Amino acid sequence: MAEFTLPKNSKIKAGKHFPAPEGATNVRSFRVYRWSPDDDKNPSTDVYDVDMDHCGPMVLDALIKIKNEIDPSLTFRRSCREGICGSCSMNIDGTNTLACTKAIDECGGGEVKIYPLPHMSVVKDLVPDMTHFYAQYASVEPWLKTKTPVSPAAERLQSKEDRDKLDGLYECILCACCSTSCPSYWWNSDKYLGPAILLQSYRWLADSRDEATGERLDELEDPFKLYRCHTIMNCTNTCPKGLNPGKAIGEIKKMIAERAL
Amino acid sequence: MLKERPLSPHLQVYRPQMTSMLSILHRATGVFLFLGSPLLVYSLWGIAEGGTHFQQMTDCLSHWFAQLLILGWIYSLFYHFCNGIRHLFWDVGHGYEMKTLYASGNAVLLISIALTAITAYFALQNLGGAA
Repeated sequence: MAEFTLPKNSKIKAGKHFPAPEGATNVRSFRVYRWSPDDDKNPSTDVYDVDMDHCGPMVLDALIKIKNEIDPSLTFRRSCREGICGSCSMNIDGTNTLACTKAIDECGGGEVKIYPLPHMSVVKDLVPDMTHFYAQYASVEPWLKTKTPVSPAAERLQSKEDRDKLDGLYECILCACCSTSCPSYWWNSDKYLGPAILLQSYRWLADSRDEATGERLDELEDPFKLYRCHTIMNCTNTCPKGLNPGKAIGEIKKMIAERAL
Repeated sequence: MLKERPLSPHLQVYRPQMTSMLSILHRATGVFLFLGSPLLVYSLWGIAEGGTHFQQMTDCLSHWFAQLLILGWIYSLFYHFCNGIRHLFWDVGHGYEMKTLYASGNAVLLISIALTAITAYFALQNLGGAA
């Protein structure tokens, strides 16, 4: 049964306020979720007032500035700073996205609110535990499976048209923005695979070179793994790469329906 | 010892999206329609029995609160029906682009409200409604 409120240890309390330096005129406030395993406190939100005249344009720039200059204890993942590694996925201004490609100017007026990816176990501050998500990814066996032998010296060829079918699928960076935007995944992530993993699964189902289509569909055909998707479409709405996981799930459902005909 | 980790906020912080709001409305109208189904049986029973039973049934359903509920059921029926058609299009693989999703969602909202208004108007005009 879905639990709509936060457990007692997860309720968010008021946090600290870090004012901007003297003389700063162009100030923007960032309200950031904090939790540390090192004390016994509940999570809180700290507010950092940042001098925007000396800060880059992206939310990640602000987070790095806060960590460097205001509060070195602030913890978050980041790496490529150009939307290809998927490390800095978090909930910014109410939706999931990558901090590195989200402009601060796009966050509306007032405070910029930053939380970890929703309904995840928090390791520290903005760092969620991705273990289960990655295990689900491994469960769809995301690699090319073949039966027809090909000499090791030869390639498995694909027509241009068949290759085109992988566009919009192979670009997924597994940032988990879509899965953690999905209410179905919030309530059933123990058994439901979620949009990101299903899109990845469809990437192999749609690959003309893959010869395990039937087995892959068998694996997905149960009440939870695939069919907890109710076409809510928060996934596609939030994907920072502009992909369409909702459509990919629809295509899998269609494949299962069509093979039964 | 590993500390028990908190669960990150979800409903508490996620900005309501048109996508998810229409979806939960579909669920809510479905539940509401199910809860209203005994009333349909009751009214059919009243019609079949006739006489004092029919009189009792119409008196009961003429109460303003019953009328309000009936308006809710009419809307629920039309919304659930229209959005159901949207679901059928998804089932055959159409209408997944964000632009189409917003257009079809707005269309479903407008059409279901219009159909409710038309039905309520004719009910009040031709059937006497609350009178």
